[in-house]
Formats: sequence, structure tokens, C-alpha cells
Amino acid sequence: MINEADPPLSLDALRSGDRAEFARLVEIYYTPIYRLALKMLAREQDAEDVLQNTFLKALQHIGEFEGRSTLSTWLYRIAANEALMFLRRKRPEVSINDEAEEADDSLPMPEQFTDWCCLPEQEFATAEAKRQLDQAILKLPEKLRVVFLLRDIEGLSIKETSEVLNLTETAVKTRLLRARLALREYLAAYFSERLLSENEK
Amino acid sequence: MTLHSHTHDMSCQQLLASIGDYVEGDLAPELCQEIERHLAACDHCRVVVDTLNKTITLYHASAHETEVPSEVRGRLFQVLKLDNLREKKS
Ligand SMILES: [Zn+2]
Repeated sequence: MINEADPPLSLDALRSGDRAEFARLVEIYYTPIYRLALKMLAREQDAEDVLQNTFLKALQHIGEFEGRSTLSTWLYRIAANEALMFLRRKRPEVSINDEAEEADDSLPMPEQFTDWCCLPEQEFATAEAKRQLDQAILKLPEKLRVVFLLRDIEGLSIKETSEVLNLTETAVKTRLLRARLALREYLAAYFSERLLSENEK
Repeated sequence: MTLHSHTHDMSCQQLLASIGDYVEGDLAPELCQEIERHLAACDHCRVVVDTLNKTITLYHASAHETEVPSEVRGRLFQVLKLDNLREKKS
């Protein structure tokens, strides 16, 4: 485990092929990379493949890392590409950089107007609620899903997300909002039901 | 969001267009006030904003629940040929 007292990673050591330093890098980042892959792909086996490929590629290319982005942005970029490539092999027609769709900038109108915020807190912490959260992510189109995961699950800024995905910040914002609005609709369907059964008690 | 005619200037569509920046806290104060005036008068938009914020909060809270199975971690260090090196450290 890495703790705060550990010295920061040395780029020079990493670039010169220091194995112990690379092990520290892996130790720091394997959990977020696995989480991104798992939430992107859902299957544990697929997430593990992406995890391994990400760090194999990182190991192979660390000598070329110029430090223009942070290490975490660089790793997320490799992992996001691996995950998207995996999905593209399954469904070849999907393209992350397909800006053509962005031309349609009208947002879908909200359809669910039940206020489920007032549900008791424990309703949001059940295993079923958590399953619903993960399932909702998987309903998103891949190019919205990856933006949402980087921003709202991994906590990257809009700018970092745009660097990872090679998108403009405007494109990131648009996709993020579409993703969040779609997730709101999916969750509303489930939590409105919970609200009904709560009120029947 | 049905199109009630509100007595104030901002429409539900206009609100929706700014909702992304609003929940990110990226809006100019005047526009924020305009949105808040609309929200005070329009139940539909208020519910959309509240449940949108709740949705984001729930996902933020869920972010740190993923744990990597120890076999997955073990196989990763093996594939990278870092496993014997780890033993020696600390
Ligand atoms: Zn409204």
C-alpha cells in the first residue's frame, strides 16, 4: 500500500527503466484503472485484460513519456483506449471521435418528474440500489459512458478528461451533461418505484 | 417538461440548456439568480435539478467501493514480472 509519506514517483527513474519505481506506479494506479475498465465493460475478465494491457503498454512506452500530461492522465488515456478498442472489436461501428453527432446539440427533454430525493438514506445504500447505479452506466452509449466515468467516478476535471480522450472541453461538457441527464432518467425509474412502496408502508 | 407559460423570463428549455454549467457551479451569478427564480416557480425544473444533483452525488459516493480482487492484483504483478521484486521491497 502507498501512504502519504512515500516520496513522489520519480519520472527519471521510471523513464530509465527502474523496476521498483514502476512497481510503485502500478501500486498507486491499479485500482482506479481496474475500476474504470470494470465500469466501462462490466465483465471482470474483460476488466482484467484491460488492466494488464494498460500496464504492459505503459511499461513498454514509459521511456517516451514526456511529462506534458500527468502520469495519471497518461495511464487513463491508455486504459480508455484499451477499453474502447475492446468495445469496438465487439461493435465495430462505434467511434469515440465521431463529432458529427455533436452537431445535434439539442438535449433530450426530461421525462421523469418524481422527486425521489426524499427517500430515506438507506434506500440508496442497498445492494440493489448499487446494482442499479452500475447497470445505468452500462446503458449509456460508450462515448458518453467514458466521459462520465472519468469525470464523475474518477474525479478528473473537465480539462483532464478532454486531454485523456483528445476531445475539446466543450465536447466533454456536452457529453457529460447528456450522460448525467440519461442516468437521472434511469435512476428515476427505479427510485420512483421505491418511493411508491415506501409510501404504501 | 411541459410548456407552462411562466411569468418570468427564462423558459424551461433555456434552463435545461444552462443546467450543466449550473450543477457544475460554473455560471455567472446573474444567470444563477435567474435560474433560481425559475426553480422557485417551476416544480418540474426544480425536481429535474434536485434529482440530477442527487444522481451525481450518488455516483460520487459510489466511486470508492470498487475493490480489486487480490488474485487480479497478483496476476497483474506476475504479468509485469514485478512479483518477486515486490517481495523484496519493504
Ligand atoms: Zn421550468
